Amino acid sequence: MTSIAAHTTWMTGRQLRAIARQPAYVAIMLIQPVIWLFLFGSLFRSVVELPGFGAPSYLDYLVPGVVIMSALSASMWSGMTVLEEIDRGIMDRFLVLPLHRSAIINASAVLQSMIIATQSVIIALLGWAGGAHYAGGVPGLLVLIAASVLIAILFSAFSNAVGMLARQRETIIGINSFLLLPLTFLSTAFMAESLMPHWMRIVANCNPVNWALEAGRSAMSANPDWARVGVQGGGLALLAVAATALSVLMFRAYQKSV
Amino acid sequence: MTTDIAMSVPGRTGAGTAPAIEARDLVKTYPKGVRALNGLSFAVPAGTVFALLGPNGAGKSTTVKILTTLAQADSGTAVVAGLDVRARPAQVRRAIGVVAQRSGVDPVATGRENVLLTGRIQGLRGRELARRADELLGRFGLADAAGRRVRTYSGGMQRRLDVVMGLINHPAVLFLDEPTAGLDPESRSAMWEEIGRLSAAEGLTILLTTHYLEEADRLASRLAIIDQGRVVAEGTPDELKGELHGDAVHLELAGHTAREHVFAALAPVPGVREIRVEGNSVSARAGEGATALPAVLAALEGAGVPVRAATVARPSLDDVYLRHAGRRFAEADQSPVTPATSGGSR
Repeated sequence: MTSIAAHTTWMTGRQLRAIARQPAYVAIMLIQPVIWLFLFGSLFRSVVELPGFGAPSYLDYLVPGVVIMSALSASMWSGMTVLEEIDRGIMDRFLVLPLHRSAIINASAVLQSMIIATQSVIIALLGWAGGAHYAGGVPGLLVLIAASVLIAILFSAFSNAVGMLARQRETIIGINSFLLLPLTFLSTAFMAESLMPHWMRIVANCNPVNWALEAGRSAMSANPDWARVGVQGGGLALLAVAATALSVLMFRAYQKSV
Repeated sequence: MTTDIAMSVPGRTGAGTAPAIEARDLVKTYPKGVRALNGLSFAVPAGTVFALLGPNGAGKSTTVKILTTLAQADSGTAVVAGLDVRARPAQVRRAIGVVAQRSGVDPVATGRENVLLTGRIQGLRGRELARRADELLGRFGLADAAGRRVRTYSGGMQRRLDVVMGLINHPAVLFLDEPTAGLDPESRSAMWEEIGRLSAAEGLTILLTTHYLEEADRLASRLAIIDQGRVVAEGTPDELKGELHGDAVHLELAGHTAREHVFAALAPVPGVREIRVEGNSVSARAGEGATALPAVLAALEGAGVPVRAATVARPSLDDVYLRHAGRRFAEADQSPVTPATSGGSR
């Protein structure tokens, strides 16, 4: 067990170092949420005045939306890294070393979790600086960050599975373009559920991105519905486990195809 | 499945020592029915350099993938450093070093970081690891570049880094899959010297795959010629050339002549065998090329076949390949090699 942990640490460290050496990547990761936050914040400011929206300030409402959307849009590109490592022969080099196979899968999940947790904290701090109020305090924010991490694990594992199965960048790009906007907008990221058309509410209830949003938002409110937070968080965790299992299967299939 | 295969492998090379690598009847079929290996067998005596020589697509890389535990054979057995690759892949990985055809170094990390990570995974730690890494980086002329990101390395430097990473764990067997593909001639001959030095030290066994005849001839103490997934000939370079019994006589005809006409003219010439005609080019084998040549030329002249050029050569591995595979190496090797490294040029 200890060696799995050590191998995972080395493999994660390698990728963290690679990211730290790509300042453009870090800059985009930090700037993009800021743009979302202030773009949507200005554009939709007056929606809170709609009867039945139910939030005092749009910024308060928006922060969880941007946190979860950013987690989704960043983690769903994870498969590109896997694909690049396969194409360069880096994956095969690791496979002929006495490396724990699970460390390769683990490292991707740990890396994504670290990136997204950092990103979520930064967005929350920016929102706070911009005047957002977090009635649920630190526990509420921690639940939001945990929800963003589960989204990251779920969608990075799914993306990795697609990368190893299809072995084509275009497939990942296509699937991501297809999924990002529907998953984001068929949720309460930017619009209160009470103002959605009926059919959209039904779809949103089946959308894991929405589970993450609702769990985070509820926990951040003055009166959290912890039972519901637990159910939605549990559902997310189950999906994250299922996506990870799928990526392990695809990893085995890749090893067979070498 | 036998777990103690090392004991049951008879020492083929005398002195009762088990071979460092033994592949037996390996078969591998890829999806879509492509049969990469078709009953491939060979043995490599410990402490020697052994080359698998063959054109692109002959099955060399597939063989290396199976021996290095990356891929699994459909059937057949393989033992590396006394360990069955299928039954004990983890131990095999500790005992070997691999320089794959596609480099696989991390371009964003520095040379030293690449080496250290490989060493750590191989179980080296702390000062021992640092010492081994520095020693190897120095030995392969990378001491100054070790702190630079691999992205800035030339093709030759990247290849040397690959070898350093392959050697970090003091392997018993080193696999070099097309180590000089994509290198310029200067880097190639430098790499040859380094491989030659490696084999002399540490009792290392090296399995080398190559589609350069010259490389196999120069580096390998023994070699196997592979064609279409099986070994068609095996021996020392001299043995293989010696089997040909004689020199290669090559003629270029001045105009087009019917094959039968050429055959009819040459067949009666004493000492001339294995006549092949391809368009304007005629090749044959003769015990003593220099003595047979005048008779050959006279016979053709007598038959009214004009000759533009004639050469006599000692047998080469190309001739060995021609004899066993039925075609010239260059013909079989038509398909382009996938570039081994992004930095290299062919």
